[in-house]
Amino acid sequence: MIEKMMLIGGRSKDQGTSLCAGKLGPEYLDVSTIVEMNVEDMARLGLKANSRVRLRSPVGETVVRCKGRETKDLPKGLLFIAYGPASSELMSGDTAGTGMPISKNLDVEVEPVTDSDSTGG
Amino acid sequence: MSDEKTRTVTDATCTFCGCVCDDMILTVDLEQHRITKSQNACVLGKAWFKEHGIEKRPFALVDGREASTEEGIEAAARILAEARYPVIYGLSDTTCEAQRVAVSIADMIGGMIDTTTSVCHGPSGIAFQGVGESTASLGEIKNRADLVIFWGGNPAEAHPRLFTRYAVTPKGMHVPNGKKDRTIVLVDVRRTASTPVADIFIQVKPRTDFEVLWALRALVKGRKVDPSIEQKTGVPLAVLEDLAQRMKSCNFGALLFGMGLTMNRGRHFNAGALLALATDLNQFTHFVAAPVRGHGNVTGADNVVSWQTGFPFGINFARGYPRFNPGEWTAADLLARGEADAALIIASDPASNFSKPAIEHLHRIPVITLDPKATLTSQLSRVAFTTATYGINVPGTVYRMDNVPITLRPAFDSPYPSDEYVLTGIRERVRTLLGGNRVPAGTPLAASFT
Repeated sequence: MIEKMMLIGGRSKDQGTSLCAGKLGPEYLDVSTIVEMNVEDMARLGLKANSRVRLRSPVGETVVRCKGRETKDLPKGLLFIAYGPASSELMSGDTAGTGMPISKNLDVEVEPVTDSDSTGG
Repeated sequence: MSDEKTRTVTDATCTFCGCVCDDMILTVDLEQHRITKSQNACVLGKAWFKEHGIEKRPFALVDGREASTEEGIEAAARILAEARYPVIYGLSDTTCEAQRVAVSIADMIGGMIDTTTSVCHGPSGIAFQGVGESTASLGEIKNRADLVIFWGGNPAEAHPRLFTRYAVTPKGMHVPNGKKDRTIVLVDVRRTASTPVADIFIQVKPRTDFEVLWALRALVKGRKVDPSIEQKTGVPLAVLEDLAQRMKSCNFGALLFGMGLTMNRGRHFNAGALLALATDLNQFTHFVAAPVRGHGNVTGADNVVSWQTGFPFGINFARGYPRFNPGEWTAADLLARGEADAALIIASDPASNFSKPAIEHLHRIPVITLDPKATLTSQLSRVAFTTATYGINVPGTVYRMDNVPITLRPAFDSPYPSDEYVLTGIRERVRTLLGGNRVPAGTPLAASFT
């Protein structure tokens, strides 16, 4: 099952502390590859905490792990991810003449990654 | 207080974020070359001080081979002297002194210079030029603001002490009871760790900030707004009417806005709408608007580049004088379009946060990096310098997010050179290789294309 959702990139406390330790370290890699998702959306897609999902935009795709958020905190259809190499995979180079690529409110496809899917990483 | 093994540094400055808190009390282990305690720091500041000891890294890597700083300078200078369309980028996590040298290199090589502002509050910078800015220092906000509106940001996780030192809880001259004397409003598309701080949380639908801001402008001016605004934005008209009334009737209002406005569709139009709203409100009361800045000296980058070139970012020196054009000479565009033929990256890691096509181009061209830490960008670089950390090892000047300059008080020495030292070395070697500026001042326009 593939659904379209909107991805918000942003900062998080754990991202901030882990980048001080080093952006090549396991902590930074971990916090920048977790996508927060509405719990009702997760249930509909058959996803549990730490399930892997593939996010796909017109320019690229990445596989990250899920973390549930209640509807009052994160509305259905919205996703949040801490900036990092995973979110960069989804960003287009177009800046509409401003210098700023769109890195919030990206339209992405969300697809659960099954254990048998060898392309998921 | 100091002895042989430890040192206490008072009034030290944290340069993790744009708050640039200058009330740190650091305990330094001089034998281990690390900070063991950072009193007054937030969770981000504590990590910043704890994790910036002295790491054993090569002074430089040239084509993956360990090299001295001087060998790195020679290799870097040759890359820049031979490049035809080089870009200098980053600069938000280094001193103003280093930023100044970087601008002079761009001038000398006839290249582009851009800072992380362009992918941060660059759209706000564009909006400032078009709309203007009603400014205040954080001290004024602390002492006067009785209505503070955070729009499109999450300070609790990105700038924790913005709440506790400046804009929410501290007691001020005209707000003696601190938070009790203030109304705090938070506008965002989702609930965050910042939401519980707010007296009023307004949740807008994604991509509708401009519409909400424009509706507020209308309400402030006494115009009617159709109730269908709720269907479009998710915000009931009554909520907007209440906020407009609060804004008009406060004594001192502040709009502090984040990248929820600038990294979103609409970019500078969103920031411009907010700045225009602040301007409108000054017909009724005193209202200011300010971007909440991320890196420790990104505001310094704006200031230094502006006073050296006349423009804040996205600058081209190819004709021997500075020209400004976001979208053309901003790093994200130059790289994504595959135009730049070399890059000098200072204290930044575009390989982990630029767009996919821009990162792909960084892999194709010679890249030079200066960074205290190994990053994805340093890994792909032809020349990668290890430099000392500003504020912890390097003295100098940085600008707080409200454009207040602050002097750094380093905690301990580093064996690695400062960014300023490396950049000065590169500049002098480039000067020799080129025999001066690539495009001397006063060169006729046609000659600069030969």
